[in-house]
Amino acid sequence: MTLLQVENLRAGMADKLILKDLNLTVNKGEIHAIMGPNGSGKSTFSKVLSGHPAYHVESGSILYEINYKLTNINDLSPETRAREGIFLAFQYPIEVAGVSNFEFLRASFNSVVSHQGGEEMDVLDFEDLVRQKLKLLEMDEKFLRREVNVDFSGGEKKRNEILQMAVLSPRLAILDETDSGLDVDSIKQVAFGINKLKNSDNAFLLITHYQRLLNYITPDIVHILHEGKICRSGDKDLAKEIEKNGYDRLISQAKK
Amino acid sequence: MNDQVKSQNEFSNSEYQHGFYTEIAAETFPKGLDENIIANISRIKNEPDFLKDFRLRAFKIWQKMTPPTWAAVNFPPIDFQKISYFSSPKFQKDKPNSLDEVDAEILATFERLGVPLSERKRLAGVAVDAVFDSVSLGTTHQEELGKYGIVFCSFSEAVQKHPELIKKYLGSVVPSSDNFYAALNAAVFSDGSFAYIPPGVECPLDLSTYFRINAAETGQFERTLVVADKNSKVNYLEGCTAPMRDENQLHAAVVELVALEGAQINYSTVQNWYAGDATGKGGIYNFVTKRGLCKKDAKISWTQVETGSAITWKYPSCILQGDGSVGEFYSVALTNKKMQADTGTKMIHLGKNTRSRIVSKGISADDSVNTYRGQVKISSDAYNARNHTVCDSMLVGKKAKANTFPNIEVKNKTATVEHEASTSKISADEIFYFKSRGIGEEQAISLLLNGFCKEVFNKLPLEFSVEAVKLLEMKLENSVG
Repeated sequence: MTLLQVENLRAGMADKLILKDLNLTVNKGEIHAIMGPNGSGKSTFSKVLSGHPAYHVESGSILYEINYKLTNINDLSPETRAREGIFLAFQYPIEVAGVSNFEFLRASFNSVVSHQGGEEMDVLDFEDLVRQKLKLLEMDEKFLRREVNVDFSGGEKKRNEILQMAVLSPRLAILDETDSGLDVDSIKQVAFGINKLKNSDNAFLLITHYQRLLNYITPDIVHILHEGKICRSGDKDLAKEIEKNGYDRLISQAKK
Repeated sequence: MNDQVKSQNEFSNSEYQHGFYTEIAAETFPKGLDENIIANISRIKNEPDFLKDFRLRAFKIWQKMTPPTWAAVNFPPIDFQKISYFSSPKFQKDKPNSLDEVDAEILATFERLGVPLSERKRLAGVAVDAVFDSVSLGTTHQEELGKYGIVFCSFSEAVQKHPELIKKYLGSVVPSSDNFYAALNAAVFSDGSFAYIPPGVECPLDLSTYFRINAAETGQFERTLVVADKNSKVNYLEGCTAPMRDENQLHAAVVELVALEGAQINYSTVQNWYAGDATGKGGIYNFVTKRGLCKKDAKISWTQVETGSAITWKYPSCILQGDGSVGEFYSVALTNKKMQADTGTKMIHLGKNTRSRIVSKGISADDSVNTYRGQVKISSDAYNARNHTVCDSMLVGKKAKANTFPNIEVKNKTATVEHEASTSKISADEIFYFKSRGIGEEQAISLLLNGFCKEVFNKLPLEFSVEAVKLLEMKLENSVG
């Protein structure tokens, strides 16, 4: 079943049009990798999907399944999108001084749950839930007491994003360059988390420049984004081809 | 979409919910200040000669002084002859004997401010002295406090009933010559609160004064004096509001605290004077001198949440005279719109083994300027004195300013003085991070503010800290750009 359908999306920032007639369909249970050279619009796409206020949609639509119906979410606020199960793992997670990870996770979880008609969880029950997720991801409980991302290493910040994702159980997770700046061990840890969270009801959009994350996560479909549109799609072998031959060659082939 | 419209409406209504004005008959002095006006204030209050002389001496000192200009605030010079120095509601009978005899209109005002005064509705656990313009209306729970020998009443009443205490302590911590506004206050102060806690008594109720300015073009000059005798303990709370008016109004108060040997005074303020509108029109000029004197092993703790006033000029301080005495200053100062705050503290270490701790959290939003100004002075006799200062600023939006001016003077080598400072920012990116996790803007700001101010809020009595958080949230809505 289709979870996300992007149709002829034209979007950008200020006067600059960055995404030009982008089309993409993502079904439940799929992992998509969106690859592309710098400046192709990868990060813009992730921010437009999550409703970042600095970006605007000029035309086209973002259809997302809400209550079994594909709904245009162009006008939904970022918090509403999040509550409907869209999660963006940031390329550069923000440091939030003075707020503990636990507090942050709980506020987040409760806003999502109450939007979806569930009951907010009290501190003790929530602590149990978070502990389970930490165990699943093989992460240390000390994470919870620390201030959100403050004094975290690059790898810790990215893993913290995965923890948030695990707690919120989004239906559509968009990971914006989650592998950038990480060493091999950290990439393995992050990939381990994603593989654990993957199921037949959710979908992942991995936005990445390099294919190395894909050594540990097998995508169902790989897309190449160039100048704001998807110029080529293929299976996991396409990523390997990019690694081997570089973007330029594949892009010029696609243009022919 | 509907949500957004609703919250904006709520915002415009709730922006300054204390900004209403009470229609009452008042007796207000003609504008201007001279010896006659002062003599008249003294006469109306039936004051003993020592107090009249105290006022007139202060007036002479004031006439020779000029307003201070060192603070990082800008405002046109104040014409002190265009202010009325005394305004009292006209009471139907003489003066009310008890709070239940106070005008229904005025009682309703305080009820609307969340400070019900009548016998039936008054707050349990807190004794309140209600000051309306220049007069104290009365004080709750006096009888109960009397059983412990505690005196808590308006300043005027204390002058009549306990002149010896007033004579002994008035001006003993803040002399009239201290500064321009303290001198002015000493000359014209009209009322305020007085508390005396006898030796060894731990005050069973929190004592509180609620200041309300109502009349137009009138200054409020109140004076608070709290004396905690040996080994006694008291918590004192102070709240302030005023109607929204286009003119600026002057509030020049003096608070003196005396903590005798082993005594402890916790003094908390939530200041929410009207701050003027977004263009900087109107608002209270809050020029206040607050100081405490600590004898041996005594402790004074100032906690303030400053959220209002067009201009704040205020430095609650401690003179750590006795050996082993402790001074603390915990402050959250928020400025938004065109507000200007220059606030901080002075810790004067005179005795041996004296300790002080300063935690200042400044939040500036919109076009405002928020300045921390602090002084830590270790005298040559203050062996092993210790100070620790934490001074954090948070900027909200792109135009706000924060300044930090610490002044440290150490004349004894055994002293330890530490100063930490930081500046942070609530940015649109930060808010987006919260939103992308399903947390709305309001809750995001609330979490951020609570995190930033935690250390100070923890020092406030519970009801006060809840109110403080709400006040800050309300003021910061729509400020993150």
